[in-house]
Amino acid sequence: MSSSQDQGEPSLLSVRRLTKLFGSFAACDGIDLDIAPGEIHALLGENGAGKSTLVKMLFGVLQPSAGQILWQGQPVSIASPAQARELGVGMVFQHFSLFEALTVGENIALSLDPKISLSKISDEVASLSRAYGLPLDPKAHVADLSVGERQRIEIVRALLQNPKLIILDEPTSVLTPQEAERLFETLFKLKAEGRSVLYISHRLDEVRQICDRATVLRHGKVTGTCDPRQETPASLARMMVGSDVAAVHREELGATGETLLEVSGMSVAARTPFAVSLKDVSMTVRAGEVLAIAGVAGNGQGELFDALSGEYPVPDDNSVKIRGKAVGRTRINGRRLLGAGFVPEERHGHAAVAQMSLSDNLLLARAHSDRKAFLSSGFAKVIRHGAVKAAAARICQAMDVRKSGEDPAAGSLSGGNLQKFIVGRELDRQPSVLVVNQPTWGVDAGAASRIRQALIDLANSGSAVVVISQDLDEIFEVATSIAVISEGRLSKAYPAGELSLERIGLLMGGIHDSTRNASQAEEAAHAH
Amino acid sequence: MRIELERRARASTAFAAISPLLALVLTLVFGGLMFWLMGKDPIATLYTFFVEPLFDVWSLHELVIKAAPLILIAVGLSICYRSNNWNIGAEGQFTIGAITGSILPVLVPEWQSPLLLPTMLIMGMIGGALYAGIPALLKTRFNTNEILTSLMLVYIAQLFLDWLVRGAWRDPQGYNFPKTISFSAEAILPELLESGRAHWEAVFAIVAAIALWFMMRFMLKGFEVSVLGQAERAGRFAGFSSKKMVWFAFMLSGALAGLAGISEVSGSIGHLQPSISPGYGFTAIIVAFLGRLNPIGIIASGLVLALTYLGGEAAQLSIGISDKLSRVFQGLLLFFVLSCDTLILYRIRLVFSRNKTEVGA
Repeated sequence: MSSSQDQGEPSLLSVRRLTKLFGSFAACDGIDLDIAPGEIHALLGENGAGKSTLVKMLFGVLQPSAGQILWQGQPVSIASPAQARELGVGMVFQHFSLFEALTVGENIALSLDPKISLSKISDEVASLSRAYGLPLDPKAHVADLSVGERQRIEIVRALLQNPKLIILDEPTSVLTPQEAERLFETLFKLKAEGRSVLYISHRLDEVRQICDRATVLRHGKVTGTCDPRQETPASLARMMVGSDVAAVHREELGATGETLLEVSGMSVAARTPFAVSLKDVSMTVRAGEVLAIAGVAGNGQGELFDALSGEYPVPDDNSVKIRGKAVGRTRINGRRLLGAGFVPEERHGHAAVAQMSLSDNLLLARAHSDRKAFLSSGFAKVIRHGAVKAAAARICQAMDVRKSGEDPAAGSLSGGNLQKFIVGRELDRQPSVLVVNQPTWGVDAGAASRIRQALIDLANSGSAVVVISQDLDEIFEVATSIAVISEGRLSKAYPAGELSLERIGLLMGGIHDSTRNASQAEEAAHAH
Repeated sequence: MRIELERRARASTAFAAISPLLALVLTLVFGGLMFWLMGKDPIATLYTFFVEPLFDVWSLHELVIKAAPLILIAVGLSICYRSNNWNIGAEGQFTIGAITGSILPVLVPEWQSPLLLPTMLIMGMIGGALYAGIPALLKTRFNTNEILTSLMLVYIAQLFLDWLVRGAWRDPQGYNFPKTISFSAEAILPELLESGRAHWEAVFAIVAAIALWFMMRFMLKGFEVSVLGQAERAGRFAGFSSKKMVWFAFMLSGALAGLAGISEVSGSIGHLQPSISPGYGFTAIIVAFLGRLNPIGIIASGLVLALTYLGGEAAQLSIGISDKLSRVFQGLLLFFVLSCDTLILYRIRLVFSRNKTEVGA
């Protein structure tokens, strides 16, 4: 029995010198953390700071290499998530583990004792969801639910275990501002009951809004513990990043040039039962314009990107025009030849092959459009590795890609550096149309600001840029005009200055939801 | 205590190099153990199995004869596997290639021409490629699992050959033996050297291995194979079609298996009979993996696996143990190759029970 915790306020959970090594790399390096009963404690840090590794150790998914976890003053070892739940730790992961074809009640029953009957679970779910303001229908199929509703299932599932500590991993990254507000109310109710919340986020505003204390991580180490309400976003960011982040600079553009990308009345059926269909999507992007497309994840952003890039061509040739040419049925390489460039959302396995070198990953996107430079003529199409490597080195230099070695595997780069390379590989061609999906998703602040600046610079040099993003801060930083996608429908584009955060939030969630937010829907409809 | 596999930060180059050798050593150790359990002297038996055949011109020729089809099939399979298409049916494509290649010498024996042999080889390749096209069609059209379809088609091909040589194509003067008429001299693949039976199939195998090595190493097509094999979605982003790749990989490996089939019949057997292969199409899967799916490595691993066939025959003659042992050796080898390959990406860690909390490190 340890008695070292007797002095000071008693902690629900304490972590002492907790370290996790992956090989020789320390993902968490001697971390100290104290969570008091009944507090909302923020865990702040950039991607790769070690937040996820830390909470996985707290939830028994990973085993620490060294250090100690104390639960109510007692040293414990948490060997599995089941053991964590027994102790009273509940977790809501960023990526939900739900079966789409099953109902809410069935999904929850799967994680419980098989002897408990489904109807009993349904009753409990209904009462819990009422008590905490988490409206859920136990009989609804998960496939029909919005991301916010799915998150509620995970929260209710965690609450059924009656936990003393609930860990939420980036919960608002998939929510509209209004849904986030509702989540905060639930968190305050939990806090009022004396439960503790460990709230992982990199959104400074909401941490300052709801959290009592914050622990900031950088490169696996604690860089500070503070009361976020006493801090400014800038001071918190400095703790997270270690230096001041360059502000993105945008000149106000006057008249914009000719139309470079035009989409009119494009409808695309869903390819799989759980995909989103695109409905009558139209947009016009001119030279010098950055059109940002806002929306909550899973509302057709991926499908829109597929249709714009030509990875999945659309049936109507005229519904997509690049530089005036109808390209609806043209595949991706044909569109590249017209001067278009594309950056998909998923870095590993879509934009890049992790096991392949950077130069091979350059070839991936440009083998066709730069075939005169990169390939020998004739049937054999021998790759000119020298030319490809030189171009890759040029891109790394232009975008300040930090890497180990001459031509390392893409998977060995950090997310931010790889993303800089992937964006740089398109910018290097000076594309006249660039379509980017989630350009800075999971990217550190320094790389993010560099990428955003590059997108603005490209537009200033006379290209048309489409940025699909879930990050509203990013959208306001780069966009000259903003449209919102919701359930596969795209709103009309508004000049960036005319839209408030509030208004975008309504467009993101409200257009189609008639019962719950009738007034919001109406307001959104007026906006058209 | 439990054993954990922990992912390495990066692939270990040391283990990538020694993994095949480690697998060979483990195979020999466990093979020796098996002989010892059978009451034989393990060292002497292993010597008979793996060393003796190498000291005899005759058996070196046999080694080349057995290695050639293995290499020819395995280099085709390596392209297939690299592109994430799992063709398990090379034995069937080998058989169909042997049948289609034999159409001319069996049905039109009176046609004698210098063009006969090249035509037979090409027809064998076409037959193998078309037969491999069946699982490709099923995969691209109906999303069926190519492992199952290509494997089942092996048995169809073997039974079809059996039916042919017992029925429609049986030699009328063959005393009712289930075989076709013997090929004429013009239809026989010539020997390479005066000293023994090794024939031109070995040359085809080396040429195919080098050509495909060049393709994988230097050509855009090879790049396409690797990209689609590792990340199909990235391949689509690059503008490559995974459906076309299914066709390319199956037709290529089928054609090479078919070429091996007709070369075997024309060069080594001289007629069709119910059994024309000691399982080359299946053993080639081991050859492909032991050679790290690299066409040049496959030349070496093809010779190693050919030795297990030869050793099995030698051990049967001189020690009197079943030649099925060569299959046991092949199985052991594949097992150890795949296990040792795990060490390239993972390290083994022993985790001792954690009832007590660890403090410090």
